[in-house]
Amino acid sequence: MQMDLRTVTIAPQRQTYGHVARHIGGDKPASRYQEGTIGLQTTGNQHYRPLWDPAHDYFDESRTKLKMADWYAFRDPRQYYYGSYVLARARQQEAAEAAFDFVETRGLADALPDDIRALALDLILPLRHVAWGASMNNDFIAAYGYGTGITQPALYYAMDQLGIAQFDTRLGLLLAEPEALDAAKEAWLHDVRWQSLRRLVEDLFVEQDWFELFVAQDLVLDGLLYPLVFQTIVDGDLAQRGGAAVAMVTQFQNEWAAETRKWVDAQIKAACADDAGNAALIGQWIAKWTPRAAAALCPLAEMGLGDRSAAVMDELCAALDARAARAGVRA
Amino acid sequence: MDMPVTKKKKLGLKERYALMTRGLGWEPSYQPIDDIFPMDRFEGIKIHDWDAWEDPFRLTMDAYWKYQAEKERKLYAIVDAFAQSNGHLTLSDARYINTVKLFVNGFAPLEYMSHRGFAHIGRQFRDVGPRVACMMQSLDEMRHSQTQIHAISNYNRYYSGMAEFRHHHDYLPYLQVPKSFFEDAATGGPFEFIVAIGFAFEYVLTNLVFVPFISGAAYNGDMGAMTFGFSAQSDEARHMTLGLEVIKFVLEQDPVNVPIVQKWLNKWTWRGVRLLTLVAMMQDYMLPKRVMSWAEAWEIYFEENCGALFRDLARYGIVMPPCVEQIRLERDHLSHIAWCHFYQARGTSDFHVWLPSKEDMDWLSAKYPDTFDRYYRPRYEYWAKCEAEGKPFEATAVPMQCQVCQIPMMFTEPGDPLTLCQRHADYKGEQYHFCSDHCRDIFEDEPEKFIQSKIAGHEVFKGNAFRPGTDPTAEGFNPAAEALAFFRIEHGRDNGLHNGSTDERNFALWRGLAKAND
Repeated sequence: MQMDLRTVTIAPQRQTYGHVARHIGGDKPASRYQEGTIGLQTTGNQHYRPLWDPAHDYFDESRTKLKMADWYAFRDPRQYYYGSYVLARARQQEAAEAAFDFVETRGLADALPDDIRALALDLILPLRHVAWGASMNNDFIAAYGYGTGITQPALYYAMDQLGIAQFDTRLGLLLAEPEALDAAKEAWLHDVRWQSLRRLVEDLFVEQDWFELFVAQDLVLDGLLYPLVFQTIVDGDLAQRGGAAVAMVTQFQNEWAAETRKWVDAQIKAACADDAGNAALIGQWIAKWTPRAAAALCPLAEMGLGDRSAAVMDELCAALDARAARAGVRA
Repeated sequence: MDMPVTKKKKLGLKERYALMTRGLGWEPSYQPIDDIFPMDRFEGIKIHDWDAWEDPFRLTMDAYWKYQAEKERKLYAIVDAFAQSNGHLTLSDARYINTVKLFVNGFAPLEYMSHRGFAHIGRQFRDVGPRVACMMQSLDEMRHSQTQIHAISNYNRYYSGMAEFRHHHDYLPYLQVPKSFFEDAATGGPFEFIVAIGFAFEYVLTNLVFVPFISGAAYNGDMGAMTFGFSAQSDEARHMTLGLEVIKFVLEQDPVNVPIVQKWLNKWTWRGVRLLTLVAMMQDYMLPKRVMSWAEAWEIYFEENCGALFRDLARYGIVMPPCVEQIRLERDHLSHIAWCHFYQARGTSDFHVWLPSKEDMDWLSAKYPDTFDRYYRPRYEYWAKCEAEGKPFEATAVPMQCQVCQIPMMFTEPGDPLTLCQRHADYKGEQYHFCSDHCRDIFEDEPEKFIQSKIAGHEVFKGNAFRPGTDPTAEGFNPAAEALAFFRIEHGRDNGLHNGSTDERNFALWRGLAKAND
């Protein structure tokens, strides 16, 4: 039986805000993602040049070499606005919390084979610094990028990476004493196996073109790091060798990477489709950063995979190239 | 087999939080630290020991997501219910909707700017602690901007003046007051930004914004706005703690910081109160059911609360900003001057105005016994007479504006309410105009910045306020009509008097449908 609840029907004068309507092709109902994103950043009549960068307007298209006719061609396939973003992450953190709880209450961390525990600590704890670097770099994109279409999800990425750095830290506190974090920082600062990666991260801190930074950090570095460490080594290898507990408490990282990859690819695709020059430009950036990222990750691959490392790194680089090609990048 | 039982060290909350934030940072060696953080030195603020920074709140991301998701769930349930049930028809009076217009046009874009500004300084301080706090505030400000836009979205479907809030905020003359305010802060250095926004605005003046708007919403039946306001309050509490921590930290680091911070407090208290002119007017004139007068709010939230704050800061050598003297003298004039101006210049606004009723005026007399009857009631009575005669008074000339706050030069001399206040300064062969000594002082401290101000009236005369392709030499060219078209003001619908407006008519019609049988 259908219930027909009566409410007063009055005719709306319009469906959405003017700047949203002009972008979605007419006055029609718009989603919360659209109303909370499209055209939200000012585009005109900026009053003062920044004291900290007098060569540019505060919001300035020329902070990247990328050219876009429409900066709101950058759309988030996840349609994250603040509310939907925190709801999604709250669900994931609840699952992560349950996993930490499960491992802790059953003493599964203590039951880990020694070599697995040592590998997990050696490999994952220094990555908290890498995640913090990714957070800083995405905050850079959120601050100096152009148009809410891309800056909004960049801030979410920055907060996600802070969250991941904190989950990595909790893993350390679960498997060992707090001193393990000091040892990991020592390795990050001085152990030769981490130095190419640290050099790469620090070099990215001074990269000024925010879209190049997006390509280098989110597409290339994280696009190789997460499949290598969390998918191949932790989920694939450690889980087989009695390290399922480690896989459980890093599920957030894996899910996050799978979800975020779709957003990254959509941005690359949108950029390549918007302007003919972008495909080659992004291709150059990928060519510039991929060898460095791959070389920096090799010692990590060796730690986890031994003599399989070279083959796995080759596969991951090929997969990255295939992703880029699918998004329209010209090599 | 023996299971190794590890007895874990129990970490305190503070220790644990430090591992989760500052522990993530490191001293870089492949790039110079000054290249990684190039912006936190040029303002002259000296920080010797970033370790002395006390994290004002300790929220890890997992907890943040959890709490904020809970708040969002509740907020959107209420916003949806309010929209579905045509909650706007239960408002106290159609005039209230103009407060919503002022809010979405004037404030929601500032929340967005705040989001970007905190993302910027969240990248620039060289210590992890303040950066994390700033990033979190950046995320919160995104929330505030979006929840406001979403809550007001349903009003926009039924009433005028909100559809073009983004364009209006960028170009409409009166909205250059809030826009230039925030852009001034964001284009300053990171320390100036956080003193201006994190401390002067979020801490010193926040109650003067929050209480009128959100209590005003509650008093007038606007459940949507009331709910986002209350929901934002717990975020604001965090932001206020950050603002206070920053100021104390900076003042404790080095005595050379004290005069710099004092200069910023002087500037931003004045800039802030000039901006609050809009709020004062809303409070005294635009709320059909009023909460308290501007004068009362000033007494409670500035004189009492901030008086105590400045007494507390005195131990660092900070004094009450001198502009407070003038703010006191203007206290009983501010809202009246502003409403008189908006009434006369109603052609270029995106909300409606009206003359206060006899009952309104009696309330204003009671709240402003020294000024209202003497200086302002006669004006309103005269304009009421003009309206009754069918010849409503309207000012159509482009007003002269202050080069700093961009408010039309409508204020009177402090202590002399019958003389218009005007100040001038010459710089590089050009003359600039100011509403007050304080705005002129701000200009003279940073002339290269403020000569860039895009003064709305000048932009019209320069031909920058016409749509592309407009030919000002064409026969019958009407610059005023062209400027309105450029501003995207729908003449006769968005602007003008409330009485007789489409909004007034529709509200009455729809409310009739909702409350009566056919």
